[in-house]
Amino acid sequence: MPSITKPIAAHPTALRNSLGLTVRDYEGSMSTLCAGCGHDSITAAIIRAVWEQSIPPHLIAKLSGIGCSSKTPTYFVGGAHGFNSAHGRMPAIAAGAIAANRDLTYIGVSGDGDSLSIGLGQLCHAIRRNLHMIYVLENNGVYGLTKGQFSASADMGSKSKRGEVNRMAPIDPVRLALTLGATFVARSFSGDKEQLVPILRAAIAHRGFALIDVVSPCVTFNDHPGSTKSYLHTRRFSQHMIEADFVPKADEIVANITDAGTTAVKMHDGSTVLFRSVPKDYDPTDRAKVSAYLDQHQNEGQVLTGLLYIESDSADLHQANDTSETPLRDLPYEKLCPGADALNALQNEYR
Amino acid sequence: MHDVVKTRVNDFAIKLANVNGTGSASANGLLMQAIFRMGIPVCGKNLFPSNIQGLPTWYEIRVNKRGYAARALEYDMMVAMNGQTYDRDIKELRSGGYLLYDSSWPLDPDLLRDDINYFGIPLADMCTKHFGEPRERILMKNIAYAGALCAALDIDMDVVNALLDEKYSKKKALRDSNSKALLLGYQYAKDHYPCPMPFRLEKMDANSDKILIDGNTATALGCVYAGATVAAWYPITPATSVMDAFKSFCEDYRKDPETGKNNFLILQAEDELAAIGMVIGASWNGARSFTSTAGPGISLMNELLGLAYYAEIPVVVVDVQRVGPSTGMPTRTQQGDILECAYASHGDTKHILLFPADPNECFHMAVQSFDLAEQFQTPVMLLSDLDIGMNDWVVPRIEWDNSYRPNRGRVLDSEGLAKIAKFQRYNNEDENFVPARTLPGVDSKGAYFVRGSGHNKFGVYTEIPAEYQEVMDRLLKKHSAAAKFVPAPIVEKREGAKFGIISIGGCDPAVREAQDVLFAQGVPADYMRIRGFPFPESVEEFLASHPITFIVEQNRDAQLKSLLTLETGIAKDKMKSLLLYSGFTLSSGHLVEEILKEIA
Repeated sequence: MPSITKPIAAHPTALRNSLGLTVRDYEGSMSTLCAGCGHDSITAAIIRAVWEQSIPPHLIAKLSGIGCSSKTPTYFVGGAHGFNSAHGRMPAIAAGAIAANRDLTYIGVSGDGDSLSIGLGQLCHAIRRNLHMIYVLENNGVYGLTKGQFSASADMGSKSKRGEVNRMAPIDPVRLALTLGATFVARSFSGDKEQLVPILRAAIAHRGFALIDVVSPCVTFNDHPGSTKSYLHTRRFSQHMIEADFVPKADEIVANITDAGTTAVKMHDGSTVLFRSVPKDYDPTDRAKVSAYLDQHQNEGQVLTGLLYIESDSADLHQANDTSETPLRDLPYEKLCPGADALNALQNEYR
Repeated sequence: MHDVVKTRVNDFAIKLANVNGTGSASANGLLMQAIFRMGIPVCGKNLFPSNIQGLPTWYEIRVNKRGYAARALEYDMMVAMNGQTYDRDIKELRSGGYLLYDSSWPLDPDLLRDDINYFGIPLADMCTKHFGEPRERILMKNIAYAGALCAALDIDMDVVNALLDEKYSKKKALRDSNSKALLLGYQYAKDHYPCPMPFRLEKMDANSDKILIDGNTATALGCVYAGATVAAWYPITPATSVMDAFKSFCEDYRKDPETGKNNFLILQAEDELAAIGMVIGASWNGARSFTSTAGPGISLMNELLGLAYYAEIPVVVVDVQRVGPSTGMPTRTQQGDILECAYASHGDTKHILLFPADPNECFHMAVQSFDLAEQFQTPVMLLSDLDIGMNDWVVPRIEWDNSYRPNRGRVLDSEGLAKIAKFQRYNNEDENFVPARTLPGVDSKGAYFVRGSGHNKFGVYTEIPAEYQEVMDRLLKKHSAAAKFVPAPIVEKREGAKFGIISIGGCDPAVREAQDVLFAQGVPADYMRIRGFPFPESVEEFLASHPITFIVEQNRDAQLKSLLTLETGIAKDKMKSLLLYSGFTLSSGHLVEEILKEIA
């Protein structure tokens, strides 16, 4: 049960972030997912990333929809408010929350059923609005809680545990996001923390909607031969196409920027994303080229991972609407009510 | 010409039959506003199609010196400007009434009636002669018939000219064409007919403390005064003008004087599923937030209304009701969402409903909706309708008390949290069964996980029967407790009344008029107008104290009566329904006859 609590005990020599907090301070309650579930590794990566970024836990808001993945916000940052909403509706709840308070770090966690079937419309519009949030799509190609139906991300020809073959084309969140104008698009693998943590840190630094599609095998229903979202298949076909480092504001860039294709992207908070290994002619800031590259390679069955696309200077929801810098929910009532005199003057126009 | 009509001052009705998209709304609005400015009680009803251009549309103006503002069912003057509906429009005119028509063409002899008066004005000829642009020729025909009506009804031309000056203060060319067209119609009527006609206007002083406003504008203004900062919506007739007005008021009042930034954010959602989700997200995060919609939107919002109810998140929904089911008739009025709103969403849910009867109440109840939603941490639905929302009503000026401060309900800040050992979301309820909530971004001690899944009073996931039930039972008690806080019913008693009438919302003007008409005929009746759900105790007392009570509402299935049956201890045979649900608003005429028949 998600109510199971863990004993709070940090080792005296445990590393502390700039707030003096240990990784344990960013944990949540015990996971109730199946042993070996990819989602738990993602939870661990999220904990690591927010700890490394030294975000005060109470300034984080966690949101999710419904499904195995959507349970996970209980398992990280217990000191943050969380909202486990309804199936496929998290993007709207997030939009409203972000509208009310622009100052928090919003982490949305969703799955392929939640985001690509019932909530596909809301995901699309959250991308269009460029909501300032991290959107982690824990993608396993299957409905786990209802015991193994195909999801919309199941690959053509992929087999279910019962041996049925999926005959419909998958919806690829990465290519979808690129088409819709997403400003930060990444894909990773739950078993690859080395890659995922820097991507999450870059996503936190990004001002706008950061979509991270994380292939996350379902050990119970989709980890068999014939599945294209199994550990084995993902390990065999996933390719680190784009190697990127996240360099916080305070650190000096010391990586050797010698490769011909290396690009450094300055984030709005002063940090830097350093692309140290990208394929020839690949420009992670050129949407059309990225799309073309993905189309070509994914059609060959490759699962390309990395921080695939970034546009660091786009306007988010609040900039596009020229909203008050003070969060709307913090504006004093006196600033919001025009008062009796204004009402009297106004009513003279209704005569 | 017939001369059978007795002189009637400030007591008659006009119907104007037009083609939509031809500019008639502006001429009809001008007439309505001029009569209002002459200090005479007046009501205007716009009966329009769900269409942009080319279909029939009607506007009714009823003038009544005693202040009855319900729709009239008989017309003393028909302004027949639409060939498509000529036939039925002429039939609707009362015997001895006047038909204003465009005499540029002869009337079809088959349509002639010998018991009415013909008031022909060569509108097309005049406008073709005096205006050059084809579009202007069409538009100015409307102003020309308005001019003829000014002569016929004795509308003060100074008032009309002042209105045109105000309206076109920055558009001199338009001002000039309007004046010209107005005078053309006016002069022709004066030269060819005995003006003013037997029914006409005389200045009064009934409107000095009144305004002329539609309910959607007043609702939006209420949301501004309530301090709403986040609004989310999906366009839908007849609720769209709520958000249009909110936006326009925000542009005027919510640009920060120091920074020039917007102290508001309006999200046009991808659908109503998202709109209500946004409101929930914003409210969870501490902003006053609302959405406006109509029945089809409520259907979609059902899902998340259940979440807001169960997770106890304040939500304000403005429902401007229209005719259902399904798409129904989007531009016609009904009170058809009562039951749907009362119990919206699957599982056991109950919501707080407010029923405004006119734009003035729309304003005040909009403000109150936010207070109730935050006090009770639950959805509140303001059930307006198309008639209230989109028609201009003469209502008392809206008063505002500067000492008002929002009731944000029980919210624990860091200071409050410091005083308690441990925060438990759904524990420690107050006398109204409302627990304290915390806002994100304030204090880790107040952090909790909102969930629509089964939870116990500590806010923790549960599947234990007793724990689940404990929360559900408190929610029921919380809803009942709101009965003391929703606006109290308004009761109008009559000496010797043998029966009662209960009604809601926009039925009010017709019921009040019917009550007077019945009283004048020696049939006294008590009248209660319900203004909120859960029902205050006085509702049950009213029903219990009358052997029979007529329940007047605008839907087929007697939804208010059903709700009264379900939610009070009164037997349903003590209630009798009077229903009108054809899409046009109620008139006293619909009620008087039925009631007399029933009690005979």
